[in-house]
Amino acid sequence: MDSHTLLLLPLLIPFVVAVATLALRTRPGLQKALNLIGMTGILAASIALLVRIGNEGIQATGLGGWPAPFGIMMVADHLSVIMLIVSALIGVAVAIYAIPNVDAQRVGFGFYPFMNLLMVGINGAFLTGDLFNLYVWFEVMLISSFVLIVLGNTEEQLAGGIKYVVINLVSSLFFLAGVGMIYGLTGTLNMAELAMALPQVEQEGLVTVVAMLFLVSFGIKAALFPLFFWLPASYHTPPAAVSAFFAGLLTKVGVYALIRVFTLLFTQDVGFTHGLLLWAAGLTMVSGVLAAAIQTDFRKILSFHIISQIGYMIMGLALFTPLALIGAVFYIVHHIIVKANLFLVSGAANQLQGTFSLKKLKGLYAAHPLMAVLFVIPAFSLAGFPPLSGFWAKLILAKAGIEAGAYWIVAVAMAVGLFTMYSMSKVWVNAFLPGTDEDVDAGRTPTAVRVMYLPIGALAAATIFISVFAGPVYEMAEQSADELMNSSAYIEAVTGHEESVADSATRVDLDGRAGGVHAQ
Amino acid sequence: METLLAFVIGGLVAVSIYLLMRRDLVRKVIGVVILSNAINLLIFTVGRVTQGASPLIPSADKVPPEGIANPLSQALILTAIVIGFGMLSFALVLLYRTQQSTGTVDAEAFVDEGPDPST
Amino acid sequence: MRNSLILRTAARLLVPLILLFSVFLMLRGHNESGGGFIGGLVAGTAFALYAMAYGTAASRRALRTTPQALLAAGLATALLSAVIPLVQGGAMLQGLWAKPLGVKVGTPILFDVGVYLIVIGITLMIVYELDESGVQFFPQEPHPASLPAEAEEAA
Repeated sequence: MDSHTLLLLPLLIPFVVAVATLALRTRPGLQKALNLIGMTGILAASIALLVRIGNEGIQATGLGGWPAPFGIMMVADHLSVIMLIVSALIGVAVAIYAIPNVDAQRVGFGFYPFMNLLMVGINGAFLTGDLFNLYVWFEVMLISSFVLIVLGNTEEQLAGGIKYVVINLVSSLFFLAGVGMIYGLTGTLNMAELAMALPQVEQEGLVTVVAMLFLVSFGIKAALFPLFFWLPASYHTPPAAVSAFFAGLLTKVGVYALIRVFTLLFTQDVGFTHGLLLWAAGLTMVSGVLAAAIQTDFRKILSFHIISQIGYMIMGLALFTPLALIGAVFYIVHHIIVKANLFLVSGAANQLQGTFSLKKLKGLYAAHPLMAVLFVIPAFSLAGFPPLSGFWAKLILAKAGIEAGAYWIVAVAMAVGLFTMYSMSKVWVNAFLPGTDEDVDAGRTPTAVRVMYLPIGALAAATIFISVFAGPVYEMAEQSADELMNSSAYIEAVTGHEESVADSATRVDLDGRAGGVHAQ
Repeated sequence: METLLAFVIGGLVAVSIYLLMRRDLVRKVIGVVILSNAINLLIFTVGRVTQGASPLIPSADKVPPEGIANPLSQALILTAIVIGFGMLSFALVLLYRTQQSTGTVDAEAFVDEGPDPST
Repeated sequence: MRNSLILRTAARLLVPLILLFSVFLMLRGHNESGGGFIGGLVAGTAFALYAMAYGTAASRRALRTTPQALLAAGLATALLSAVIPLVQGGAMLQGLWAKPLGVKVGTPILFDVGVYLIVIGITLMIVYELDESGVQFFPQEPHPASLPAEAEEAA
């Protein structure tokens, strides 16, 4: 298969499945099967793509046969493909989990088409090499997530959905404003071209303004301090399958976008922009973990922990050393798997005892020891217990922080790890150990929950896999960090020529446009 | 022309921020609409303003005539308008459903009370 | 607006015209301003007008299919136009052209047809959904055929 098709498969597969499931509205069984096949297909295609870029370097292709910078480019480097693989893995897990977890009514209203459209948007955002196109993928992702978060129309969902919708609309508009301004400054929206053009822009102040617009916009999407309030207000309302998918992936698309633009585009004023990011990272960690400490709802605790964990990833980006970026990438991989898994566990607990409240959940350990084991693996990994994946992720970041001399952020990160342990043990004590007054009957595990164990177990196995084989994952993260720190390979793959050879002749000169465009 | 448009954009953004700060959710959504139009105008303006020359290629020619308006910013705005239209209609339906189900469009009514402190 | 004889008579005449005009707009988009999006919007207003005059139930019957099916068909058509060049060894979304019987047809037209169907589907989904969820700006029941009774009702 040629690279062009392979590169586009992660977009085409979910799109085809979305159309097919939409056409098969009255056949829920077929929809479920198609969805599972589609997600597995994306996973396979993404792995094939990883092998391809491992052999042949960064792959880039233009839609419609147009070369850069005129066409929209799709680019796959290590970071993109790692994100693709992990998101497809979550996709497969959620596809299985959704079979018992998502009720017939929601399926009838289009759960599967929108799940796949969401996947199209996510994969598009990971693959695109064009800023405006990134905006379009974000919108595809948003509109599908809007539908998924309110699907079912419960009062709680609507109230949470309103906040989610309004804040995300505003965030997209900030992004669009940044895109407009950067186009006005440089005359291009191709990211590789921008990487060459931005250092030559004379109005450095305006470049920083655009950087801040992007920081605010992606910061909202990634739930960065102080822009995270929408997340815990909405993530605990939809069915567990949806909230696990959101918790694992959506904020991480924001993190991915931050990493992309703050390594490729905005590296002119690292002292200011990345210094700001480092403060935001520290405050995000602390505020998330402290807010989680007072919560009593299983999924709200987990929601606030997403926020504190985002802080670690941004810390890696903000330190802006090769090791720190390795840490950030490793952390993202670890976090997506672990966090989605914890949300899935919370859904299984809800299925058994009919509640997400820690005051009402009890005695899961005695009644369902398997579930207790499956909870402990991701929970301990989240808190950073050796030798689980979270430990390695935190270790790399701590080492990078000490090497960079940013001791305070390392201290904050370690303290936040302790608080994470506190929250996880609170869940353990309340939900899994016996209640004080009465014993819980250890009846047979319902079939629905048995099916749920399958993806939960698979993700727990994935966690153990990255814990034991941390080496290969580290190497992949290292390769993506290399590509991020040294963007010439990316630029060469997209534009087809070396950075030094590149001149501004191909770029459209906005003020003397008559000469620029028509010379073509 | 650019100066005038800059002030118009500034005015629209100010109006939209004011509306976004209101408690009434309908006003918030109107604020989002105005902000989206302000930003479309921004993209239009930064694409450089040209008067009286639409970016169409005469059927006899292969290349556009000199001095036409920038077609890219127009294409970007068109895409943004279409997306904005979809988002707006979704937001309005959602708002309507919320109003039906909760009986209010006051943002204060949706403030999260936080965990029950009685433990 | 409700139960207006003028509206219902006018709608009966206008709906086919608007639909015809929408197809014209879509095809015109190939070389001049127009296109699938605007064509689809215009076609959507035709059915919305019909709903305004006769109620959404009648409009749904006039559509003969569901908006969701239109949406799926449109997405499938657009997807097909994107994938055909891929099968031919080109790039996705590349424009391929042929001239059977002297008419220039190609994948961009197919794409526009897809957009046309998607826009009709989405517009009608919103219009019907809003009306049926209780906004009730269209008449709720299809009207009895007898005109004098309606005239009395309107009066």
